[in-house]
Amino acid sequence: MHPALAVIFLTLFSGGGFGIAALTAIVNDFQIDGGLSPLQTMVAMILSLVFVTIGMLSSTAHLANPKNAWRAFTRWRTSWLAREGVFAVLYYPFAVLYLIWIFFTGGTHDPIGLILANLAGIIGLVTVFCQGMIYAVLRTIRQWNTPLVPTNFYAMGLATGATVLAAERIIMGAPAKTLVGMALVLLTVSAVLKGIYYFWVSRPRGPSIRTATGFNRSTVRILDQGHTFGTFLTEEFGHTLPAGKARGIKVMMYFFAFALPIVALAAGLALAQTTLAWVAVLSVIFGIGVERWLFFVEAQHVVNLYHGRQQC
Amino acid sequence: MRLGLVIDLDTCVGCHACAVACKEWNTSGITAPLTDYSPYGAQPSGVWFNRIRHFEVGDYPYNKTINFPMSCMHCENAECVTVCPTGASYKRAEDGIVLVDQSKCMGCNYCAWACPYGARELDRVSGTMKKCTLCIDRIYDMEIPEEERQPACVLTCPAHARMFGDIDDPESPVSRAVRERGGYQLMPELDYDPTNHYLPPRVHAPIPTEALKKKAARKVKEWVNRVVER
Ligand code: SF4
Ligand code: SF4
Ligand code: SF4
Repeated sequence: MHPALAVIFLTLFSGGGFGIAALTAIVNDFQIDGGLSPLQTMVAMILSLVFVTIGMLSSTAHLANPKNAWRAFTRWRTSWLAREGVFAVLYYPFAVLYLIWIFFTGGTHDPIGLILANLAGIIGLVTVFCQGMIYAVLRTIRQWNTPLVPTNFYAMGLATGATVLAAERIIMGAPAKTLVGMALVLLTVSAVLKGIYYFWVSRPRGPSIRTATGFNRSTVRILDQGHTFGTFLTEEFGHTLPAGKARGIKVMMYFFAFALPIVALAAGLALAQTTLAWVAVLSVIFGIGVERWLFFVEAQHVVNLYHGRQQC
Repeated sequence: MRLGLVIDLDTCVGCHACAVACKEWNTSGITAPLTDYSPYGAQPSGVWFNRIRHFEVGDYPYNKTINFPMSCMHCENAECVTVCPTGASYKRAEDGIVLVDQSKCMGCNYCAWACPYGARELDRVSGTMKKCTLCIDRIYDMEIPEEERQPACVLTCPAHARMFGDIDDPESPVSRAVRERGGYQLMPELDYDPTNHYLPPRVHAPIPTEALKKKAARKVKEWVNRVVER
């Protein structure tokens, strides 16, 4: 698949933004590490809104005909993309109301504040599920057609959110022991789940050039693709990554997405170093961004079989 | 009613005439135009509803060239329609034809991701998704003679390798051809249940090409040819 920056940003930032919102609600629900102060909660919610908005804006940038974008909310009965749009928009009023409520009353965990926080968090989590399902329903791309995709989206969205929250606490000089612990667990779980995913997709299966052409008992080779230069299909679906190069990038991804944030957060907490907290946040965003890039570029659409690939 | 095409891989000669006729008709049809990008440049590209690929099946000396025209299969389980968030893609209840409403499409490409057969192509200029309409603006046109109420590709094919009809009617010529010739669907494991079917090449006794006994007259002719060439 063509790894369009717009869709990478969409899933990366909105996943992280909804992760921040959900964890803010949980931290304030259970007063973890003493709960977030009104100022910290406001910073967290503003960060969440900024992340989600970056995601939404880049998703509209991806459209070839954005003037019809408003229609994308209409087919929520059948389309996961429409559902994602509906829930993403529904998130805004609750997140903004929570922000306003804290600003005027300082009530981060009074009943009304908590209702708003939890609704925003739950809607955010539902949106992340829809986002994962956009990819997981496609039978045409076996690397995506698995429940591991929404699972991974959840794990990484929450891990990003937890890293941001923990870093925020360290930077603002508040107790962050449990929060950092939570971030470390979520980062580790994400790393393991991604490993399971890579193991699962590494085995070739699914349609081959034989079932694509119906000559099931013969070898089939492409003689001519039938077009002079590229087509929409080759531009959109033709991208691949050589296995050797992919391995190197995956090692780098694991380092920036999981290893470095884990070390930086733990050390940042122990040494009360704000720089290390910043390093953790930037590293996790860059690392998960690389993970998303791999997610797209490694997806092999079955139409490639008609352009000569033997197996997808 | 379930309208679609049946394509005969035995007789298709891979001339691309169907794709050209398609482009000619549809570039002024209901989802017009079929934009070209630098058609006279070094890297010509553009929107086509029908593309012909060429495969080699089997290993020498038992190999064969198969020309493979592909357009929208008007699938029964058209996931391209299910995933479309705007409702621009739809499948007609009365005849199963899958269409894109150009005035509603936002160009998100999601339907093209969902199509296994590469039938959908984004038009960069209009920003909308385009695909085979089964010449819906021909097949129901009461102004033209009845025998011409067929898709442009079917009318133009010089090898009669393309048939158009109702797959739901068991006695229609297309259904009968599928039944008698062992017509099949592509990638059935994905369960899109495409309407278009492909007829496999007929099995012929191999025609010997080597070690043919040459007739005397032929030997003389070949000798003359060689002499004249010098
Ligand atoms: S061939 Fe592709 S575009 Fe046509 S109906 Fe099937 S899935 Fe949709
Ligand atoms: S590109 Fe157009 S037709 Fe296809 S899914 Fe998007 S809005 Fe629907
Ligand atoms: S016009 Fe007929 S023979 Fe020529 S490529 Fe199309 S189907 Fe094949």
